[in-house]
Amino acid sequence: MLLISCPNCGSRDETEFHYGGQAHVAYPENPNELTDREWAEYLFYRDNTKGAFAERWLHSTGCRQWFNMLRDTVTYEIQAIYPMGSPRPDAAGKVTAETGTASTAADSTTTGSAAPSIAATSTFPTSSTTAPEGATK
Amino acid sequence: MSTHQLPEHPDFLWRNPEPKSSYDAVIVGGGGHGLATAYFLAKNHGMTNIAVLEKGWLAGGNMARNTTIIRSNYLWDESAAIYEHALKLWEILPEELEYDFLFSQRGVMNLAHTLGDVRESMRRVGANKLNGVDAEWLDPQQVKELCPILNISDNIRYPVMGATYQPRAGIAKHDHVAWAFARKCDEMGVDIIQNCEVTGFVKDGNRVVGVKTNQGTINTEKVGLCAAGHSSVLAEMAGFRLPIQSHPLQALVSELHEPVHPTVVMSNHVHVYVSQAHKGELVMGAGVDSYNGYGQRGSFHVIEHQMAAAVELFPIFARAHVLRTWGGIVDTTLDASPIVGNTPVENMFVNCGWGTGGFKGTPAAGMTFAHNIATGEPHRLNKPFALERFETGALIDEHGAAAVAH
Ligand SMILES: Cc1cc2nc3c(=O)[nH]c(=O)nc-3n(C[C@H](O)[C@H](O)[C@H](O)COP(=O)(O)OP(=O)(O)OC[C@H]3O[C@@H](n4cnc5c(N)ncnc54)[C@H](O)[C@@H]3O)c2cc1C
Ligand SMILES: [Zn+2]
Repeated sequence: MLLISCPNCGSRDETEFHYGGQAHVAYPENPNELTDREWAEYLFYRDNTKGAFAERWLHSTGCRQWFNMLRDTVTYEIQAIYPMGSPRPDAAGKVTAETGTASTAADSTTTGSAAPSIAATSTFPTSSTTAPEGATK
Repeated sequence: MSTHQLPEHPDFLWRNPEPKSSYDAVIVGGGGHGLATAYFLAKNHGMTNIAVLEKGWLAGGNMARNTTIIRSNYLWDESAAIYEHALKLWEILPEELEYDFLFSQRGVMNLAHTLGDVRESMRRVGANKLNGVDAEWLDPQQVKELCPILNISDNIRYPVMGATYQPRAGIAKHDHVAWAFARKCDEMGVDIIQNCEVTGFVKDGNRVVGVKTNQGTINTEKVGLCAAGHSSVLAEMAGFRLPIQSHPLQALVSELHEPVHPTVVMSNHVHVYVSQAHKGELVMGAGVDSYNGYGQRGSFHVIEHQMAAAVELFPIFARAHVLRTWGGIVDTTLDASPIVGNTPVENMFVNCGWGTGGFKGTPAAGMTFAHNIATGEPHRLNKPFALERFETGALIDEHGAAAVAH
């Protein structure tokens, strides 16, 4: 059972939240140019990191805002909580939680777990076709 | 309920050899799937210079942690074909392996609690029959006759509006299944090497030619990955990605009881499933934790939710005690179907993505995967489950269709 510190509401039980999967997955900027392989990467392939993993959470029964979280997938230790659109904090240098509020920017969506984040492109070197992170060319 | 004695605990069912410097094929992962693959490689394809490498103890992963339910009442043709083939193999394997692993065909019920459930369930019964899978629709009275401890009154939160029933489905003693395969593999010359963790791969261009392990490097012509929750970790070492997310899944058991629960009962809607083990424990499972995890433990609220539903459906459970809970790491795909086939790396093959339901598939996973490894080409039963389906869009979408997550 996780105790999650919502940037807006403070520490709450895991059951108040909804898991949104890997963070920083950019929506393709030029969808028409994507190959089938690149679409597959965007739709179905996500990192499955054993260790520090950046993921999105929605405080669904609280403030209903999305935020990002850095969590260890082995120990389940929550290492950082940071706003949507912010770069991923360094996994080694722990960033304190409750810095800033969950953003209401375009990527702070409330449409469900499949909703893509579109504001994180700047933090990750993506390919020239702006395919999602990790897409093969 | 079976009155069988449990088979003897096997102290010396297999040798524990040192790894050789090279093999014709190496299977990574000594769970049910890895052992079944090695068995069929030896038996059907005459490949006996092979090794199964297991980082822990034999079949100590999900194979030792699952709730042992076996059924083949899946919706889509591709799934029905592979799971029904598995069920047919389960029916002959105790004799073939000369080891009684207590496969008990006591039937599986999938309860319907809403009108939507009822319609979806009847549709699945129809689909099952068309695919030659035994299936029946039961009304609440018939449900009660088959499982008298179920509460079928209509004033509860999750009223039983009927159930699908597969009489040939059931449970088997999972540890003994693994030991049965291991013993036969060993007899045919397969090396089973425990405490041997694969830490990397040796490649010649895009072709795999060896595995690196904590017991040294082993040369091999072919590699088959059967590492369930860790498949994507291994794929990353080999330089490719898998559309897999690993999640914690829990199960629990009560103390021993007299035989009270004659069949297997699963609930699509509430997501709880219950059977009574041969010794007498009530064995229960539920859904996965929503988040990714490798910690082999799960969230307490999942147990709370499943117990609330179980006690309502089976009022006599209110006086039972939970004895143990534990977790495994299951490898889920977005269409809730396994991935069995070739990979982007030459001579490397993958069997994964069975998620919460791969125990039942063990014999067919082994048979088809062995075929794929030996010939380089998929068997007709695993062909639809290739990695390419995520690119072509030919998904086998069993989520919600398959009667409980899997
Ligand atoms: C709680 C729970 C309940 C379940 N209930 C059911 C059920 O009722 N019915 C059903 O059909 N299925 C069920 N399942 C799913 C089923 O157990 C799995 O789908 C199936 O066991 C997966 O195949 P396997 O047996 O080979 O996996 P595993 O037994 O997990 O085998 C994989 C092995 O690979 C090893 N490994 C990993 N990495 C490495 C490495 N680097 N080097 C060497 N070895 C490595 C692991 O140690 C492990 O032993 C359940 C699972 C869980 C966790
Ligand atoms: Zn909040």
